[in-house]
Amino acid sequence: MSAATAVSRRTLLKSAAQAGAALVIAFEVPQPPAKGAPEKPVVNPLKAWIAIDQNGAVTLSYSKSEMGQGVSTSLPMILAEELGVDWKDVQVKHASVSPMFGNQGTGGSGSVTTLFTPLRKAGAAGRQMLIAAAAARWNVGPESCRATHGAVWHGSDKLTYGELVEAASQLPVPDLDKVQLKRIEDFEIIGKSLPRTDIPSKVDGSALFGLDMRPEGMVFAVVARCPVFGGKVKSFDASQAKAMRGVEDVFEIPAIAEVHSCGGVAVVAHSTWVAMEARKKLKIDWDYGPAISESTESLRRQFRKLVDSNMKVVLNQGDVESSLTAAPAKKKIECDYELPFQAHATMEPMNCTVHVEADHARAWAPSQSPNQVQGVVAQLTGLSPDKIEVHTTFMGGGFGRRYQGDFPAEATQIAKRVGKPVQLVWSREDDMTHDFYRPASYHRMRGAVDAEGNITAWQHKYTSTSIAEWFSPKAAPESSELGCTLQMPYLSKGYKLEYLPAASAVPRAWWRSVEASVIGFVMESFVDELAHAAGADPYEFRIQKLGEARLVKNALEERGRPLDTARFKAVLQTAAQKCSWGKPLPKGEGRGIAAHYSFSSYVANCAEVAVQNGQVKVKRIVSAVDVGVPVNPDGIRAQVESAIVYGLTAALKSQITIEAGRAAQSNFNKFTTLSMKETPLIEVYIVPSTAAPTGIGEPGLPPTAPALTNAIFAATGKRIRRLPLQAGDLV
Amino acid sequence: MAISFELNGKQTSVDVDPQTPLLWVLRDTLNLTGTKYGCGIAACGACTVHINGEAVRSCVFPISSIAGKKVTTIEGLSTDRSHPVQQAWIEHQVPQCGYCQSGQIMTAVAFLKKNAHPSPSDVDEAMSNNICRCGTAQRIRAAILNAAEAMRSGKAPGNPAGGEL
Repeated sequence: MSAATAVSRRTLLKSAAQAGAALVIAFEVPQPPAKGAPEKPVVNPLKAWIAIDQNGAVTLSYSKSEMGQGVSTSLPMILAEELGVDWKDVQVKHASVSPMFGNQGTGGSGSVTTLFTPLRKAGAAGRQMLIAAAAARWNVGPESCRATHGAVWHGSDKLTYGELVEAASQLPVPDLDKVQLKRIEDFEIIGKSLPRTDIPSKVDGSALFGLDMRPEGMVFAVVARCPVFGGKVKSFDASQAKAMRGVEDVFEIPAIAEVHSCGGVAVVAHSTWVAMEARKKLKIDWDYGPAISESTESLRRQFRKLVDSNMKVVLNQGDVESSLTAAPAKKKIECDYELPFQAHATMEPMNCTVHVEADHARAWAPSQSPNQVQGVVAQLTGLSPDKIEVHTTFMGGGFGRRYQGDFPAEATQIAKRVGKPVQLVWSREDDMTHDFYRPASYHRMRGAVDAEGNITAWQHKYTSTSIAEWFSPKAAPESSELGCTLQMPYLSKGYKLEYLPAASAVPRAWWRSVEASVIGFVMESFVDELAHAAGADPYEFRIQKLGEARLVKNALEERGRPLDTARFKAVLQTAAQKCSWGKPLPKGEGRGIAAHYSFSSYVANCAEVAVQNGQVKVKRIVSAVDVGVPVNPDGIRAQVESAIVYGLTAALKSQITIEAGRAAQSNFNKFTTLSMKETPLIEVYIVPSTAAPTGIGEPGLPPTAPALTNAIFAATGKRIRRLPLQAGDLV
Repeated sequence: MAISFELNGKQTSVDVDPQTPLLWVLRDTLNLTGTKYGCGIAACGACTVHINGEAVRSCVFPISSIAGKKVTTIEGLSTDRSHPVQQAWIEHQVPQCGYCQSGQIMTAVAFLKKNAHPSPSDVDEAMSNNICRCGTAQRIRAAILNAAEAMRSGKAPGNPAGGEL
């Protein structure tokens, strides 16, 4: 089938919009409605989420992708809590793609946020059905029974869930809006640091990732893609590659615009190694296309030209220009911030295993978007989605990269032709040079404070390689880029926000914490600069500028939850207290603080650094987080530790630069990451809360870089406005 | 031409291109997938295995150089996750995505054989060439120090201290 047909199915899904998350684009999966089925089918929890065998063994399904963030533990914990089973009796299982589980896309730090209440209701409904079955058996009223620890009790009579499940699963499903949920103070599982269910399999090599799939008769494939973004195959000679022992086939696959796959020349062989070696022997004449003239320097020139020009005014509150004119030079700041493209660099490169047969297909996909995988396979094979099994494997990191449909599409193209199971393997170089990068951006900031230390002007002129523009020419380019600039927590008399997108051929999309990774750095660096201009302590300045407790709504649209300045303040206060803010440090050392609101969660980080001979050593990072009700506290701490290290890598080490229309870094020798000896001590504190739980896969990242650079300023008086830190910045 | 070596205590023979790196023989020929591909240039450590007890990067080690040697992979470390390093990894809840952890564990085990009394900075030095994008270094460091203690005392690694507010 042609790509043109596929595009007609494409729709934009704002799947995580309620969580304030990024725009998510996916193939829509058409589900044939069953005859006479109600519009919204009732899902029986005892047939979907919960499986209990007659011996009482409980298997709970989790519907989101496990990429290290802990959903294979936290989501079943929520179910188990309301179902009334002991955690020690619970096994977990990754749900294959099914309409029973709704949207299985995993991103925007949204799994616990979006499933907390639905899973509680499903667990409670299951418990209610088990109680009803017991009550019927005893011929008593259900209200006289109670369910706990995997059994229903009536006085001293007891029936185990195992004895009841068969009858219970036949009963009508109660109205989910009326099932009785536990009180938060009665939680026995939620809120406990429980060992993760996936960890044992990750210490003995038995955990199965995408690359570990080995269906019978499987062959391996790699694709030679044009090194220049948007380039195409002109012609190729595969004779030498085909002559190699173990090579099965070599053929061209076209690019598919809807999933932004590059197309290229596929090599199919009996082993990954042979496929990779044969690819080296291909002679390909590429049509590089127009992107060949793009470079990091050309993009920077464009960025500067754009911020020098009149931009689209997104917000204009108060009178920024007059305040800037009125302010004395000492109380005024004008400066530019700059952030590069970043690769996701998941430890497991992209891959997908697909087997296409005449009447059905199977995919084993390490995907954050398994519904999209099903849609992609359906579109490319012409099979209906219910004929396509999609099994989500463990994934060696996701960070947003695995939301894309390019690698499943390539695997399907190849599998269709080969007719046996095919594992498409991306080499590290493929992965790093054909990523969908975190956008590069440039920011011109102007601001002023008055004699009393009030912020009188805050102007932000912003340009980037917009994600929204990359995916949809119809979307407003700024819609993917602005984040918390639309929920400004600090009081300023004047606030002006302007944006224009920069033209670029470099693919870009959602990278851990998306626009917050950019906005967090710029806003929290600039508020620090204003604090110093006001002669104030940067922590006290933030607390003052947060003002009275209030809710800050998104300035443009009803999207996400309002920012609660009281919660913002509380994480700052906790981080400051735990890092002994204000306690003197030796010369050459400094402490910096930053806070950010993203994915409806609040995080403040405080960094302590030592700078010597132009080298920075990050000694400690103290983090305070408010994620509402914490489901698995140790899992939350692990995610914050992880986001901080990921953020430090991006601030201190890694970047993708563009040369002649291609990524200049292709492996870990040039895209360097924070090593163990560079990793600081990280302490994470969870601020107690009874608010609805929110995500934590990403929110620890945005305040990391600014806490670091604010600490560097405190230690040295040098303000870092361009990331990553360059050799010589601190000399 | 067949190449023979000892793999996790068993004699093994494979007939592949002698230039094939050990990594791909393990993964694709022998279906022993616990050893991971991460970079192919010995830069990340995900493919670390032991050859005659030494930690090596299997992605750059041609199978021809393995003939007659003893190879141990993550699958051969124990049959029941009972190695003190594996136990410490569970106690400290080290893995997140888990992809790099086979290589981390194999590097740590070889290191502890040479240094039974490591300081934190010894651990940092030994582990700094293994990449983890999930940022588990802090937990790896604690787990190794804990495993070293457990191996010296013969007791199982204990519970890490919590850090709750």
